[in-house]
Amino acid sequence: MLYREAGQFKTTYAADMAVFPIRQDRMALYLLLAVAFIGVPLFAQLHIWPFGGDYLIRAILVPFLILALAAIGVNILVGYCGQISLGSGAFMAIGAYSAYKFGTGVHIPLEWLGSEISIPPLPLVASILLGGLMAAFVGVLFGIPSLRIKGLYLAVATLAAQFFFDWVFLRVKWFTNYTPSGSVNAPELSFFGWIVHTSTERYLLCLAFVTIFAFLAKNLVRGNLGRQWMAIRDMDIAAELMGIRPLYAKLTAFAVSSFMVGVAGALWAFIYLGSWEPLAFSIDRSFQLLFMVIIGGLGSILGSFLGAAFILILPILLDQVPHALGIPISVETVSLLVFIITGMLICYLLIVEPHGFARLWSITKEKLRLWPYPY
Amino acid sequence: MIVVGQVLEVLIGGLLAGVLYSLVALGFVLIYKASGVFNFAQGAMVLLAGLALVRSLDFMVARGAPTWAAIALGLLFAAVIMAICAWIVERYVLGPLVNQDGLTLFMSTIGVTFILEGASQMIFGSDVYPLRLFPTDAWFVAEGLFPGGILVNKLDVWGGLIAGTLVAGLAIFFQNTKTGRALRAVADDHAAAQSVGIPISWIWFVVWLVAGLVALVAATVWGTKLGVQFSITFLALKALPVLIIGGFTSVPGAIVGGLIVGSGEKLAEVYLGQHIGGGIEYWFAYVLALAVLLVRPQGLFGERIIERI
Repeated sequence: MLYREAGQFKTTYAADMAVFPIRQDRMALYLLLAVAFIGVPLFAQLHIWPFGGDYLIRAILVPFLILALAAIGVNILVGYCGQISLGSGAFMAIGAYSAYKFGTGVHIPLEWLGSEISIPPLPLVASILLGGLMAAFVGVLFGIPSLRIKGLYLAVATLAAQFFFDWVFLRVKWFTNYTPSGSVNAPELSFFGWIVHTSTERYLLCLAFVTIFAFLAKNLVRGNLGRQWMAIRDMDIAAELMGIRPLYAKLTAFAVSSFMVGVAGALWAFIYLGSWEPLAFSIDRSFQLLFMVIIGGLGSILGSFLGAAFILILPILLDQVPHALGIPISVETVSLLVFIITGMLICYLLIVEPHGFARLWSITKEKLRLWPYPY
Repeated sequence: MIVVGQVLEVLIGGLLAGVLYSLVALGFVLIYKASGVFNFAQGAMVLLAGLALVRSLDFMVARGAPTWAAIALGLLFAAVIMAICAWIVERYVLGPLVNQDGLTLFMSTIGVTFILEGASQMIFGSDVYPLRLFPTDAWFVAEGLFPGGILVNKLDVWGGLIAGTLVAGLAIFFQNTKTGRALRAVADDHAAAQSVGIPISWIWFVVWLVAGLVALVAATVWGTKLGVQFSITFLALKALPVLIIGGFTSVPGAIVGGLIVGSGEKLAEVYLGQHIGGGIEYWFAYVLALAVLLVRPQGLFGERIIERI
């Protein structure tokens, strides 16, 4: 009843092209943003349930936001441009380690020139964004093979990135500033003079990043570039004949995708983990991101959020629900069950609903518009 | 100073290790040829087959069965498990996905991988289980030619023999049996094959079964070498660069690719690794595959990729 667009006339082209053309959608979005930006910190400050401790924010909301950002990046590449990637974990690692190097000062001795390159430690935001840029650069490098190969072949090329960078960050001590254990600590999180300490502050910082990049991504995929990507995805030869340059379209997809994944990696390392080792960005992470995209919805920004939420919450649910019901279940069984359920869900969704949860959501909205008289 | 004997030793060790990659790669090629599905789950199938074999073997030996009977029954049991797995995959995953594009099928096999990894470890346990089917002791050959001879692991020689037999058997199966010819027909054009009366779902079941049996053979060798454990699935990922180098559609390509990868990475590890920090075995195969992709995307023996609109 409430979800009706009757009487909402579009009088300008801008209104016609809006991201959310229906007023109720806009209201819902503003409400969601208000809750996320004001409500959650307020609740956490006042210790109102469920924000009593900082568990919910620290262990669920912060990783959810960061992984959702990474999933948006992967979705741009896999869902919008149709280039499958199994190396997203590596690009997260590149973002994280580059941001770490920029945040702690880069120092490259050039002995044969008798000089050196020295960059002083950069502020937090700059190093995170530069981390993203480095990831974008490497992403373009590994995207070059996509001009000749595709599909399964490309998957192997991206696997090469994954294994190569796993090794680089483990073995090349320069990246870890020669720490003996190989694990590194994030520099102090100083954001324009504001030192980020508490979980709520970390949450707000992530939220700001994710909101900005989600809007950027949403507008990119609606525009010229996004349409080029989708044309390439749907049929690359036909797209080329229509005048879309595959070189430009594919490499921009790789660059934008890797940039977002890299920023997410830097956030993951700096804000969520605090101290980390290369294992945090192994191939498991790549699969996790790919699954978020498949389950959430290929080619949908909303789907990236839904998929990230699902993949993150599934193990927690499997851990908590049997406990609450009094069924003893070991940690190992939970992790194996997560494997099985994720796998089954992927097969099920690919067969029944290839566009994932996002499509279910839009079907719900469609039904809601007609309710209670479906005809 | 590079000694010829040492190079040969590393080379032979690498070649024989490459045979093991080929064993996994063969399973990929079979399914790819017959159904156009790139089966990411081959590694998980090796794990499943290995676990089924080693657990049933332990079970029977613990109850006092003679070793030969235990091995025979264990292999039979594992084969039955692979058949069930093949049936389930064909019936519930690939059957409904018929006519979808390659990417969707590929992602569905990633889903299958996770189901198999979870289910096999849940049913059979997730520890490291040692498997003793082949001798694993060292063996010195050509002692007259080089000082100290060349050290060869007997297991690797067994692996080579088994791989040879398997390829020969598969070649006969594909060329000379009715099912084999039907398989090739389906691979060419499944709609046309169906219209001349080839039961396509049965054929796909057979393909997955054969791939499952190849996985079982790979599991016996891999399991003897490393023990049956979860990390086998990661080693099986190495079969992917093997395929890229050899070509997706070629059985001999899988073998040659495996040999190139195996010997290449061992040589690189020994002679290049010491200069840039060890452990380059970990990625060498993939980067090699990447280089091959840039020059010859269809691989050494693959059919040329032709696209039509």
